[in-house]
Amino acid sequence: MAKKPAASKAPAKSAARSRTKAKSPQTAAPSDDPDFILHSLQEEFEAAKSFAASDEQLMEFYRQMLLIRRFEEKAGQLYGLGLIGGFCHLYIGQEAVAIGLQSALDNDKDSVITGYRDHGHMLAYGIDPKVIMAELTGREAGISKGKGGSMHMFSTEHKFYGGHGIVGAQVALGGGLALAHQYNEDGGLCLAYFGDGAANQGQVYETFNMAALWNLPIVFVVEDNQYAMGTASARSSAETRFYRRGTAFRIPGMEVNGMDVLEVRAAAEVAFKHVRDGKGPVLMELNTYRYRGHSMSDPAKYRTRDEVQEQRDNHDPIERMKEVLIKAGHDEADLKAIDKDIRKVVTEAADFAESSPEPAPGELYTEVLVEEY
Amino acid sequence: MAIELKMPALSPTMEEGTLAKWLKSEGDTIEPGDIIAEIETDKATMEFEAIDEGVLTKILVAEGSENVAVGTVIAQLEGEGEDSAPAPTPAPEPIAETPAPAPVAAKPVASSPASDPEIPAGTSLTQVTVREALRDAMAEEMRADRRVFVMGEEVAEYQGAYKVTQGLLDEFGPKRVIDTPITEYGFAGIGSGAAMGGLRPIVEFMTFNFAMQAIDHIINSAAKTNYMSGGQMRCPIVFRGPNGAASRVGAQHSQNYGPWYASVPGLIVIAPYDSSDAKGLMKAAIRSEDPVVFLENELVYGRSFDVPDVDDHVLPIGKARIVREGKDATIVTYSIGVGLALEAAEALAQDGIDAEVIDLRTLRPLDKETVLKSLAKTNRLVVAEEGWPTCSIASEIISICMEEGFDDLDAPVTRVCNEDVPLPYAANLEKLALIDAPRIVEAVKKVCYV
Repeated sequence: MAKKPAASKAPAKSAARSRTKAKSPQTAAPSDDPDFILHSLQEEFEAAKSFAASDEQLMEFYRQMLLIRRFEEKAGQLYGLGLIGGFCHLYIGQEAVAIGLQSALDNDKDSVITGYRDHGHMLAYGIDPKVIMAELTGREAGISKGKGGSMHMFSTEHKFYGGHGIVGAQVALGGGLALAHQYNEDGGLCLAYFGDGAANQGQVYETFNMAALWNLPIVFVVEDNQYAMGTASARSSAETRFYRRGTAFRIPGMEVNGMDVLEVRAAAEVAFKHVRDGKGPVLMELNTYRYRGHSMSDPAKYRTRDEVQEQRDNHDPIERMKEVLIKAGHDEADLKAIDKDIRKVVTEAADFAESSPEPAPGELYTEVLVEEY
Repeated sequence: MAIELKMPALSPTMEEGTLAKWLKSEGDTIEPGDIIAEIETDKATMEFEAIDEGVLTKILVAEGSENVAVGTVIAQLEGEGEDSAPAPTPAPEPIAETPAPAPVAAKPVASSPASDPEIPAGTSLTQVTVREALRDAMAEEMRADRRVFVMGEEVAEYQGAYKVTQGLLDEFGPKRVIDTPITEYGFAGIGSGAAMGGLRPIVEFMTFNFAMQAIDHIINSAAKTNYMSGGQMRCPIVFRGPNGAASRVGAQHSQNYGPWYASVPGLIVIAPYDSSDAKGLMKAAIRSEDPVVFLENELVYGRSFDVPDVDDHVLPIGKARIVREGKDATIVTYSIGVGLALEAAEALAQDGIDAEVIDLRTLRPLDKETVLKSLAKTNRLVVAEEGWPTCSIASEIISICMEEGFDDLDAPVTRVCNEDVPLPYAANLEKLALIDAPRIVEAVKKVCYV
């Protein structure tokens, strides 16, 4: 996950500065600004980079990541069979991000919002894979009654607010969820995920500005899977170290290896505490990798097979967790048994999603509006 | 246990493809993630990746085969025998040549909209400007419901760019009257998210021209959420601000967005004219569980009208109002057009034509019944709209009259709209571009054949 070195840039031009003289005495660089805690969260995280999980937690991380992996593999299969239509974006390779972060949430208070690659975030809540898979197949039993599809799934019961198809829109909406937490003084925070592609949308920065200005309880998470659809981040982003992109808004950033669930969880602890302490938003960059195409119809001509294979062989989050568990004394057969159970759950979900009826034709006209006028 | 590998669908529209190349041979051991074959579609060559592990026992479709239908078994894999259950067989119908006729869903019968509540006899009336009526509505709802708050540019300390939010900051404080940066897309999204999170935001756009920056959230985030979530997630929000031409502000600040928003299922669109409707409908909009676009008009803000002195003046959404009864022709209009239509009706009366004027008040859902009932009475109808003619509310009314009121028509339905040009700045050209009472008079005379 090596990133291109940051371009060395000349210090701020003085010509422009002379015109802003009257504005404010704040001419110091962020690093010299004692009130701006740009690096402090990263430093705190670096000091204890791996979450000290209990054996039970380790097993749970493994089980949850594997559930996402197997679920997504099955979804890919069902897509190939024509049972899932339209756009279907798989989370394979990125499992440690959702599990590491969401395991640190207080689900009684906190909210989550993401884009269209949303199956994994739903599964991380322990939502029944059947109703998720049934949504993918567009059936009545789907969590959105088959009217949302892969990209539009919600569980307000879990404070999971979707499931949004317009790149970057979920960031501003997440700002609104954070505003509601603050307004209601409910102690919750909003975890707003977006991709390295969405990180170039203007509304993301509009939201950064307001979130910092109003001290909103929000954690912005860039899931940098290295490609904005088919465009490598270095080809679409002038600054690929996304954690730096909050600097202009005085939002501290953190850079995290998103392929290591224990590291993700450790970073989440630091970030969430900062937000819960009322210190305003945090921007986390989670470096990860998607093994599959952007969506199912991605010919993947923008990267080599070797590159994908290298990630699978050397950075896979589930294999990494497997090694941790084996080192901790679990034997391979036990882990295989877990996999077997998960495959069964996923197969049942697929059977359910295939055999459930399609929505009744009358559903076409329901829920356009809440009220009658 | 044999696993059947089937020709995959690799895009939303793929029905068949060419099996370009086998990358594995019979007898090879396959690991999940291995690329087994290359498949060519009309768009690209795609890799076919293994999901299951096992031994490739049989290749059933030779490489180079063209027009292999999606779902065809192309190879067999012998799994480890324990857990790799076969993928479910697709339903037999997916690749039908012609789509099966969709079952016709029964459309819900529209409930007939409620009428305005009776104002008790003897209720006093107070002359209030539209501006004050809107403010009073917001203040009353904010007093009644702590979830209601206002956000937008200059709504707080400046007291509103058009003074509609005057005094709200003093009464409700900065937590509930929030000045935003000039960042419409961002704050429309934050407002929509806050509504999804359980609050009742009123988002002011300084004018609706600037809401074009935010239209994605109004439509994609606010309007579609309830439907997409199967009724799980609501977005009760009011987007409000002045709409339509003001005076001499040029093309970019002078557009009527009524038709744009009224075309979107999932939105309520309200465009009142007088103070009573502005107040009563604003209160209804704030209480609605649905997202509302509330279109005001800058030129009308300062006009005064009677508002009944009742405790809770709430009017029904989706109900037009006959503002002048008549028997010879109907003028359907809304917002600033109402004033022009009433002026035209007075002039027509001088010529012995008794025009009925209908104020639509709500543009979505449209009160067809009131329009068609009036048409059945007068048999002649003109739509007057301060906005462009193409794909307008006028177009919609005409279509409704054609489809559902054809037998009542004694003349073609006619529209009087702005000229089909960006609004010019020069005073004389601006006047030429905008609708006015004489043009409405002329159109009514035309449908009356006088």
